[in-house]
Amino acid sequence: MTMPFYVSPEQVMKDRADYARKGIARGRSLVALEAADGIAIVAENPSRTLFKISEIYDRIAFAGVGKYNEFEMLKIAGVRHADLKGYSYSREDVNARSLANAYAQTLGQVFTHEMKPYEVEILVAQVGDAPEHDELFHILYDGTVMDEEGFTVLGGQADTVAESLTSRFESSLDHGGAVRLGASVLSGADRPPLAAAQLEVAVLDRAPTGRAFRRVKGADLETILSADG
Amino acid sequence: MAEPLLPSFGAGLDPGPSFVDYLRRVAPHNVPGTGSGGSGPPVSPPVEITQATTVLAIRYADGVVMAGDRRATAGMTIASRRIEKVFPADDHSGVAIAGAAGPSVDMVRLFQVQLEHYEKIEGEQLSLEGKANQLSQLVKGNLPAALQGFVVVPLFAGYDERRGHGRVFSFDVTGGRYEETDFQAHGSGGVHARNWIKASWRDGLTGPEATELALRSLFAAADEDAATGGPDLIRRIFPTVATISADGYRALTDDEVEQQADDLLGGREEGAGL
Repeated sequence: MTMPFYVSPEQVMKDRADYARKGIARGRSLVALEAADGIAIVAENPSRTLFKISEIYDRIAFAGVGKYNEFEMLKIAGVRHADLKGYSYSREDVNARSLANAYAQTLGQVFTHEMKPYEVEILVAQVGDAPEHDELFHILYDGTVMDEEGFTVLGGQADTVAESLTSRFESSLDHGGAVRLGASVLSGADRPPLAAAQLEVAVLDRAPTGRAFRRVKGADLETILSADG
Repeated sequence: MAEPLLPSFGAGLDPGPSFVDYLRRVAPHNVPGTGSGGSGPPVSPPVEITQATTVLAIRYADGVVMAGDRRATAGMTIASRRIEKVFPADDHSGVAIAGAAGPSVDMVRLFQVQLEHYEKIEGEQLSLEGKANQLSQLVKGNLPAALQGFVVVPLFAGYDERRGHGRVFSFDVTGGRYEETDFQAHGSGGVHARNWIKASWRDGLTGPEATELALRSLFAAADEDAATGGPDLIRRIFPTVATISADGYRALTDDEVEQQADDLLGGREEGAGL
């Protein structure tokens, strides 16, 4: 009988984290910004059909970067979680915090117990009745949850994108301004600006009732990108 | 290990885009119809059940009008004077209920979640016919309860965005789904309402003409049927009316319905033309 080699837990965790980070670094980045009239989410995504940003519930959106099949599965689980909660209790009782916790537990459990960790980073965003009540939960592959203020960046080039966003972000922006700023920081300094066809954009409107999630695409997106400001 | 907060399913067990199937897997006690019915022989319910009565749907030039009176009865008692029987199913369709009020309202709530759930998971809406078939399955699921007296027979109508016109579907207790060409009315006063519509309906009705016909038919049904509520001029209670067109589902406000009803009745209880 052969004995398995001893590998220290620290090493196992480090290897898994490196593996997940490498997978995520291969993908493109995504930004979410709180604006005066809602939350804008902008992703670099040339696909018209395979979405990175999705609606979860009335005031809640989901976004993921990394491995598509993994974050798509998490999205579906999130829609189920939210719809079940809203159906069992009331639509008002569905909130981003409880969903973010459920995601964190799931990702944490997969990270420690499964063969391989998920190669994803996800965002759970909830629009409030005022910008100070907006919530942005950024959740990492190992279940770490970060409650972000103002804006958040997910994905491979997150550090450089966040750096340029820190100096340019203003809380007084409207949707249009937030989308333009998002597109500009995703393009970076050494690339031509991203065109509408390379972007996936969605907003959560700060509307009083009903479903706040709205995709911005086609001619509407081009109009926003070409506007001054 | 504790039950995961976000359950995942093996191949062949995944409920896919259906919320009802998901509910059956994770919270079967929450599926309507499972608590009230049984497999026993058909019996009359031991208590008087609250019944929602007359509802109708009429196709017009731009889409469909749906309307319902506001009365619910339990035996000889008026259980509610202000019950709502017409609901949006999603942004381009509506559902109106006749039958046992409790299970009906439950079914509408589940149907609304089912349509939204499908749209969020699949990234696009079901076709209008697909929505009607989903409702048919919910009605069929209620059959054991229906045999015990908890009958639910909804009307479903909507604007078919792919075909560009309004469509009306009716259902029987077994889940049978029938597409109506122009209009349908259900419930205790349904026969009277339907006859009234039949006498005046023509192709290409305008929106205001269709809502007027809806109100007139409901008032006529209330004239003949004790379980249908007429216009209550003392409390200012009027039917629920909604239009569904390319612009989406729009419930008429109380003031709009009141205005139309007043015009129709000439401000008198006797009613002109009734």
